[in-house]
Amino acid sequence: MSATWGLVGATFTASFVEFVEALTIVLAMGLTRGWRSTLAGVAAAAVALAAFTAVAGYAIATWVPRSALQLAIGTLLLIFGLQWLRKAVLRSAGLKSLHDEDEEFREQTRVAAAFADERRLGLDWLPFVVSFKGVFLEGAEVVFIVITFGLNANNVPAAAGAAAAAGVLVVLLGLLAHRPLARVPENTLKYAVGLVLATYGTFWSVEGLGIFRPGAASLAWPGGDWALLVLLAAWLLVSRALVALLPSPAPAAV
Amino acid sequence: MKAFGRFWWDFLIGDDPKIAVSVLVVLVAGAIVVAATSGGWPAAAIAGALLTAFVAAVVLDVRHNR
Repeated sequence: MSATWGLVGATFTASFVEFVEALTIVLAMGLTRGWRSTLAGVAAAAVALAAFTAVAGYAIATWVPRSALQLAIGTLLLIFGLQWLRKAVLRSAGLKSLHDEDEEFREQTRVAAAFADERRLGLDWLPFVVSFKGVFLEGAEVVFIVITFGLNANNVPAAAGAAAAAGVLVVLLGLLAHRPLARVPENTLKYAVGLVLATYGTFWSVEGLGIFRPGAASLAWPGGDWALLVLLAAWLLVSRALVALLPSPAPAAV
Repeated sequence: MKAFGRFWWDFLIGDDPKIAVSVLVVLVAGAIVVAATSGGWPAAAIAGALLTAFVAAVVLDVRHNR
C-alpha cells in the first residue's frame, strides 16, 4: 500500500511540474494569438502522444525481459533525475538562477507578438506549432515517467491516474488564474522530484544489473524495498552537503 | 524531427554530459562486478559509487565554470 502511495506521489509531483511548463506555453500563445489555433495544436499533440504511448508501451511491455527493463529504465531515470538534482543543487547554492514561469511566459508572449500572421490549413500557424511542440515534448516526459514508474511497480493504472490528476489540477488552476502558475514553488518541487527520480533510478538500475548473472534474475537489495528509504536519505544528504560546501558566487562588482 | 532529437538530448544529457557519462561508467563497472560475484552486497557498493560519481561531476562542473 505504501509503495502504491509512493508511486502515486512521485508520478503526480513529476507530472505536475511538466504540466505547469506546458500550460505556460499554451497560455502565452492563446492569450496573444487566439485560442482556436492554440487549442488545435494542443489537440494534435494529444493525439500524437496517444499514438506514441501506445506503441512505446506495447513494445516495452511485450518484448523486454524484466531485469533488462529495470536496467534500461532505471539508468534513464537515474540520469534524468540527477540532471534535475544537479540543477536544484546549483540553484540552492546560488550558482544558477531560479526557473521563473513568469519570465518564461513573458518571453513566449514577446515571441508570439513579434511574428506576423501566417495561415495554413485555416489556422494561425505560429500558435498551432508552438503549442503542439510544447504540449508534445512536455507530455512525452510525463509519458516516460508514467511508463517507467508504472511498469517497474507493476501498477501502470495508478501511475497513469496520478499523472491525469496532476494534469486536471494544473488545467483547473490555469482556468482560474488565466496566467502562469508562478506561485507554485516549482524549484522546490523539482528538487523533491530530482531526489525521488534519483532514488528509484538507483534502485532499479542496480536491480537490473542482475541480468548479467546466470538466470538473469534481478539483483536483490539488502533490506528489500526498505533500501529505497536509505537511498532517498543518502541522495538528500549528499545534495544538502553539496549545497553547503560548494563555493558561493562572487558578489557583483559595483 | 530536429526538435524531437534536441528534446531527447536535453532530456538525457542536459547541459552537463558528465552526469550521464559518470552514471554509465559506474554501471558498466558494476555489471562487471555483479557478473563476477554472488550475493546482494554489490548493490550497496554500486549505490555508493553512484553517489560519489554525482558529487565528483557537480564539483568538477562548478570548478570548471568559475
